[in-house]
Amino acid sequence: MVELTKENFDAEVLEAGGVVFVDFWSPKCEPCMGLLPEVEAFAEKNAGRGAKFCKLDTAGNKRLAIAQKVMGIPTFVFYKDGEKVFVFDKDVIEMGAVQAKLDELLG
Amino acid sequence: MSEIYEVLVVGGGPGGLAAGMYGSRARLKTAVIEKGRPGGQAASTMELENYPGFFRESTGPDIMKEFAAHAEKFGTDILKGTVTDVQLEGPIKTVKTSTGEEYQAHCVILSPGAEPRSLNITGEGKLRGKGVSYCATCDADFFEELDVVVVGNGDAAIEEAMYLCKFAESVTIIVIHDEGILDCNKASAEKALKHPKLKWVWSSVLDEIIGDELVESVKIKNIKTNEITEMETNGVFFFVGTVPKTEFLKGKVELDGQGYIVTNDLMETNIPGVYGVGDARQKYLRQVVTAAADGAIAAVAAEKYLAELETFREQVLECPTPVLLAFWAPQVEASIGAIATLEGVVEAQGGKVALAKLDTYRNKKTSANYQVEKVPTVIFFDKGEVKGRIDGNFTADDVKKLIGV
Repeated sequence: MVELTKENFDAEVLEAGGVVFVDFWSPKCEPCMGLLPEVEAFAEKNAGRGAKFCKLDTAGNKRLAIAQKVMGIPTFVFYKDGEKVFVFDKDVIEMGAVQAKLDELLG
Repeated sequence: MSEIYEVLVVGGGPGGLAAGMYGSRARLKTAVIEKGRPGGQAASTMELENYPGFFRESTGPDIMKEFAAHAEKFGTDILKGTVTDVQLEGPIKTVKTSTGEEYQAHCVILSPGAEPRSLNITGEGKLRGKGVSYCATCDADFFEELDVVVVGNGDAAIEEAMYLCKFAESVTIIVIHDEGILDCNKASAEKALKHPKLKWVWSSVLDEIIGDELVESVKIKNIKTNEITEMETNGVFFFVGTVPKTEFLKGKVELDGQGYIVTNDLMETNIPGVYGVGDARQKYLRQVVTAAADGAIAAVAAEKYLAELETFREQVLECPTPVLLAFWAPQVEASIGAIATLEGVVEAQGGKVALAKLDTYRNKKTSANYQVEKVPTVIFFDKGEVKGRIDGNFTADDVKKLIGV
């Protein structure tokens, strides 16, 4: 997974074509840490399908997250051609639903 | 499918991990299934200063890591999975996860925990993750130099509000009660009321959360005057109690009207071999210390239950000869005499019939399984099957007739 920072966020996400998945997380967030292995497995399983998988540690990139209207984690955002197209930000994020959304976006 | 666990714990919060530790320390094959990282709600509670013995700088996540390590040290398997379905009836129980794994066990300890209650205020759902939060440790960082509102005044609300003060510019607590009255413990109340960064809005409730893409302001209603004031803020944290995560247990085990698991003092549910512990259980006090205590009790009760099953299997179901099983109780005098009668009959058969005795007071499960309501009761088994029974008092001749001599 691509580690995002304020330096590479625009190039990797906003200026990138195609489908980009971003996991907004932080090591202090227990639910995020619980999900992380599943997110990594999800990225691995779908590698090579044309989508890009990224994660952003909000601890050092708070302003960047807020600029993306993310003020609570875990939050997963799908971008398509630089536009935000879907946000998962509920208390319980089901990876099955995330997979279904990816499949839908990839057509 | 893997081998059958003796004790399978659903949920890895403090109750489940304590059950795991007690279970594996009793040398029972024990596993805990947890959807995320072990620790439950306590793992997201930074300020945890009421678990006995831990008060120097230790945090909820720290203590929960120790709970998990303690269980693993004695051999508990910590499995990853979200349990979506259970089959609890009968001697072998099955637990299924969202990814299709199935686990089997003789005993199941349900420890699903609870989650923050949502008030469904206008704007709450829409702005979740955009300034509306239920987890201070997760989201506090976002609110550095910003203003937040906290809704609630119990232990969690007041303690988490003080934690948020380390990050936010200001923390305003909306309290439904009159000025100075808080539902939380006295120690936290005293500390909070003196805290320089906390602001209070008394006799009020949150009416609406306003914001387009992020939280911008809230409407607060004074419940005495019905006056509504709008206040600018960047975040709203809800700590207004919890609800049990027992949706998947509906129809499987007895729940009360609010969804809490109903148990007795041994943590037994209405299903033999199934126990309920922790915040999802109907109980007086929901704390880490009481969850851990529940877990210990359930694991010991499960151990006794398994021993009872084992004895029963060896002495009755797998007995090489036909066997009379006598249900007696030390406090029922007639049943003591009945044992003597049975001993006389069995002795006269010279080893062709065996006698097994069961104290109904100590072996409630087996007594219940065979619907034994009277003491004495005697049931005649051959090759594990019931061939006949007498409920209530009997004579030597009645017994001879029962065994066909």
